[in-house]
Formats: sequence, structure tokens, C-alpha cells
Amino acid sequence: MDFVTFFALAIPLVVVAVMVIAHPSPVYSALFLVMTLFLLAVYFLFLNAHMVAALQIIVYAGAIMVLFLFVIMLLNLQSDTLRTQRHGLGRVAIIGGVILLAELGLLLQGSSSELAESSLPENFGTVEALGSQLFTKYLLPFEITGILLLVAVVGAVVLAKR
Amino acid sequence: MDQYVPVLIALILGGVVALVMTFASTMLGVKTHSAVKDEPFECGNPPSGSAWGRFSVKFYLAAILFIVFDVEVVFLYPWAVVFRQLGLFGFIAMLLFVLVLVVGLVYEVKKGGLEST
Amino acid sequence: MQSFIDGLIASGVFGGLPAEAIYPAMMFLFASIVVFGFVLPLVTITIWLERRVWSRIQSRVGPNRVGPQGVLQGLADGVKNILKEDVVPDAADRPLFVFAPYLLVWGFLATFVVIPFSSALVIADLNVGILYIVAIVALSAVGVLMAGWASNNKWSLLGGIRSAAQVVSYEIPAGLALLPVVLLTGTLSTQGIIQAQGWAPWDWFLFHSPFTFIAAFAFYISALAETNRTPFDIPEAESELVAGFATEYSGFRFALFFLAEWGSLYVTGAIMAVLFLGGWQIPTGWTNNTVVLNIAQLTVFFLKAYFWVFLAMWIRATLPRIRVDQMMSLCWKYLVPLGFVNLVGTAVWMVIWPEGNTFVPYLMVVGTLALLVIFFRRVLYHLRRAKPELYFNPAI
Repeated sequence: MDFVTFFALAIPLVVVAVMVIAHPSPVYSALFLVMTLFLLAVYFLFLNAHMVAALQIIVYAGAIMVLFLFVIMLLNLQSDTLRTQRHGLGRVAIIGGVILLAELGLLLQGSSSELAESSLPENFGTVEALGSQLFTKYLLPFEITGILLLVAVVGAVVLAKR
Repeated sequence: MDQYVPVLIALILGGVVALVMTFASTMLGVKTHSAVKDEPFECGNPPSGSAWGRFSVKFYLAAILFIVFDVEVVFLYPWAVVFRQLGLFGFIAMLLFVLVLVVGLVYEVKKGGLEST
Repeated sequence: MQSFIDGLIASGVFGGLPAEAIYPAMMFLFASIVVFGFVLPLVTITIWLERRVWSRIQSRVGPNRVGPQGVLQGLADGVKNILKEDVVPDAADRPLFVFAPYLLVWGFLATFVVIPFSSALVIADLNVGILYIVAIVALSAVGVLMAGWASNNKWSLLGGIRSAAQVVSYEIPAGLALLPVVLLTGTLSTQGIIQAQGWAPWDWFLFHSPFTFIAAFAFYISALAETNRTPFDIPEAESELVAGFATEYSGFRFALFFLAEWGSLYVTGAIMAVLFLGGWQIPTGWTNNTVVLNIAQLTVFFLKAYFWVFLAMWIRATLPRIRVDQMMSLCWKYLVPLGFVNLVGTAVWMVIWPEGNTFVPYLMVVGTLALLVIFFRRVLYHLRRAKPELYFNPAI
């Protein structure tokens, strides 16, 4: 991924990500979040992670955002009532952001820029590679995910039936 | 990445076609406004307030269930692709995974999570 | 596509132009041919044909005024829609209202990209092909929600919400029904799946095993629901919701919704043809001319895909609309468990017969033919009994 394509993607990505938190209407925020996730998926494509890009769109931009939109559109949150509740959170967010940046800086210090240029395995990021890794090396986490999903089903039903 | 260039081209082309045609529509179409015409169409009755209100929880339930099973189906794709290499071991691993989720589905149906009343 | 262009470069059609310039130019050319020369005529003609088919089934004539037999009806409707006023209601959320139709058109055009029309003609043969289609369909639910919400009309919002709930619900059985084919081929690429099949019906995945046969129809039903077709047209139930999420739309934006709807109907048929009917596979060896071969493949593929489009028209003219709760229980209580059974069944089938059973496909082809013969015999029997006044000439 060269310099030009990186910034051609990064600038819109950051802009829509800022819009997610800056826009007064929650519905618009959610739709900007869809755009953010979509652009992230394009990033994954540039990194040769085809499967992850597809998952990003199916699970996040598709499934989870539809749920978000359902909740936001149907709860009818008024933008003015939200604004009054924002106090205090801004400062916490700034502190968190600074800590995150510091962490990122520390992490980047140790790595060299040549890391990204290192050669990838032949079928890196394809569905085949992901599948063979997932079902041999990472089988236990995978099965635990199944149980986690079961808990989610039970939780959803219990909450909806109450 | 190169294989996605045509996708981008097709999308741009589709966007341009749709834009040009809607632009032509706004240019060529008549433009008249009246208070009655610009209000939402509710079968001739005066609209009773905004449509943006609260909704039944069953729609949320449908969405949550969708997420759970969508994640599962998406996990099944890599498995299906490498199934021949994994052999019986992979089959049993997936059977366990599917079984856990089927328990969830049965629970949901038995509890009446899908009944709309 | 890549190899096709490589062949053209090698034959020296472009002279000494650099390959970097030729690829995008050719891609652009091909994409515009697909959009203007295929998608737009296809959609307008499908809408006309659908109206004619309904009419004939309901003993009416249908649109037959514009052009020979009314073929140009779609074009006339398109021109009419351009000349209509583009109304945006005062209460609507203008930016979203204006943007939502584009999102839906993009959604269906983006699925067109991975459809292999013949062995050489595919805009992009992605290695996540099938998954890519699933992803795009999931995104189009966002467009429908956007249109419904932005209209600020109770019918629109209800229609949009119902449609989104329906699309996301039926995505699960659709995804599960695709899995047996992925199991059998071990690839997600649309071209790869077609290459794993043959031209003869017993080489199609439809007749590979009873499980794939059921999966094909489970997918077809789910796809009808995802494209809001009868009997699943609850989101735009005229008697309840006027026109669902399209209620407030007018002018060409309204036409865009229909472009997307009928376009995705063809996409459904094409996916059925790719996954279960052997796609563009035809008997080889009778010609060496690549162009002739590709045209033959294109024709075969189009006919296979259009068969399912025709079936959807037939269903729409025949079946009544189901209720919301019936729609939900069909999905979660029948299609999803059936999908799991198909999946496990196919896996067991593959463990027992790794190369596929040699006998069952023939049996299934014969059985299907027998079913069709019985069906048409019964139809003929009832026609004779009822002695209706029949006009077999389709061109009235």
C-alpha cells in the first residue's frame, strides 16, 4: 500500500469517523459509522485480507449496524436531550485519547517501517488460509465462540420476553 | 486488490447513471409546491404527527437473532471451503459448533421468542 | 476477464499501448456495456414481460401498445418518470431521502459484478465471490431502512422496518442454503463453482444429492423474501402500507427503486444458475471459435437465469401474500433448521462418497422429469375437464 492510496483512504475515513461523534442527529451518526466500517473494509482489502474485509461488511456494516439503526430510529432519541447529557464525558474522552496515542507511539517506536513490506505467505488472507488456521490452531476459541453466541441468544430472548 | 478495480468502476458508472437520470428528472419535471402536497401521504387523512416514534421490541429481537446466526453462518464459510482438507476431524468440530447453536434456536422457538403477539 | 484482455493484448489489437492503460479502459468499457447494454434493457423488458405474464395468467391482455407487443413499455415508463415532478415532502429528512435510492441501485449493481455471464465474461471473479454477494445484500438493508425512515411517513417507516427485518432474517437461511455448494466445491469464486459442475443435468449441483436439491429451493424461497417478492411482499403490501418504503418517492427516484428490485430478481436467478444449474456450462468440442463459444455460453446462462425469473413471475401471479408472523416462523422454524439439516447431510454425504454418488444424480434427474410430466398431465386433464375458452396465442 503506497503513500498516496493510504492517505486517499485515510483522510475520508478520519472525516467520517469524526462525523460519527460530531453530528447532532443519532441516525446520521449511525450512518456515518456504516461508512467508517465500509472504508475500514476497503483498508483490509488493500492489506490482502479479503476474508476479513467481507466479514467486516457482513457482520459490522450489515448486521450490527442494522440493529443500531433499528434501535436509534425506533427509540426516537431527540438530539437536544442528548446534548444536555454530554457534560463531563468530553474530558474523559480527551484523557483516554491522549493515553491511546501515547500507547500507539510507544508501540510504533519499537517497530520499523520495513515490517509492512515483509513478504506474505502465498494465499495470505484468503478464505482457505483463514479456514485451515481457524479449524486447527484456533479450534478451542472457535468452539467457545459458539457458546458465547448461545448465551447471546438466551439473553436476547429473556430480555425481550420480560 | 486489482480484482476489485472493476467493482469500483461499475459502482462509479452506476452512480453516474443514477445521478444523471435523477438530475434530468429534477430539471425536466414540473416544480410546484403547496402545503398539502408537501405533507406526508397518509391516505388522504391529515398526518397525525411525525412518524418517528417508538416501535415494538420484536423488531429488535429479530435483529439480535440475526446478528447471532449471521456470525455463525459466516464462521461456517471458511469451514466449508477447507472441509475436504480437514476430513472427519473438521466435521466433528463443526458438528459441535452447530449443535450449540441449534440448542439456542430450539430454546428460542420453545420460549416463544418469535411469536409476534 | 483478465485472461481475455491478455489475449487481446497478445493479438496486438491495441498496438503498443501500455498494459496499465489498457486494463482499466477495457474494464470500463465492459462495465458500461453491462450497465447500458444489459442491465437497463433487461430491467425494462423484465418489467414489461412480468406485466404481460400476469395478464395472461389472469385472462387479461396487459401492456401491448408501446412498440411491438408493448416491448418498449419500460422505456416509456422511464421517460414518463423522468418528466414527473421529483417531490420531497417537507417533513422528510432531505439528504437521506435523496440519497437512499442511489444506495439501493449501487447494491444491486455491485452484485452484478461477480456474475459470470460466460467463461470469459465476468467483470470481477473475486475469490470471496459468494460471500461478497451476501455482504452486499446485508448492506442494502441499510438503504431500505434509510429510505423508510427519511420519508417521515408512517407507512414508509413501517415498510422500511419490515423490509429490513425480512431481509436480515432471510439472510440466514439463504447463507445456509449456499453452504452445501461451497462444501462440495471448496471455493467461493463464482467461476470456480461453475467449473466444478458440468453441462449435463446430472452434473449439476441441483441433482447432486437430495440435500442440494432441497438447498436450491430453500435458497430460492429465501431470495424471493430478500427481494420482497410475492408471497413475501409484506413491506410493500398495497392494502396495508400503500407502497411501503417507496410511498413518498416520485419521479425518477421511484423508478430507481424498481430498477433495483427487478435487477436483483435477475441476480437471484443468476445466482441460482451459477450455484445449482451449472452456470454457463455447455458441451465442448463442437467449436474452436472463442467468440462463438462465449455467445453460446452467454445464451445458456441467460436462459437458465431467466427460468427462475419467470418462475418468480408465475409465483407472484398465483400466490397470495403471507402474514408477518407467518413470514417470521417460516424463516426461523422451517428454513433455518432445514438449512442445518442440509448442511450436515451434505457433509455426511461427502464423507461417505467423497467423489459423489454415481447413481443418485441420474435417479434425481429422472424423478424430476417424472414430476414435471405428472404436473403437466394434471394441468392438461383439468383444462380438458373445465373446457375453458383458451387463447394460446401469447401475442394478442
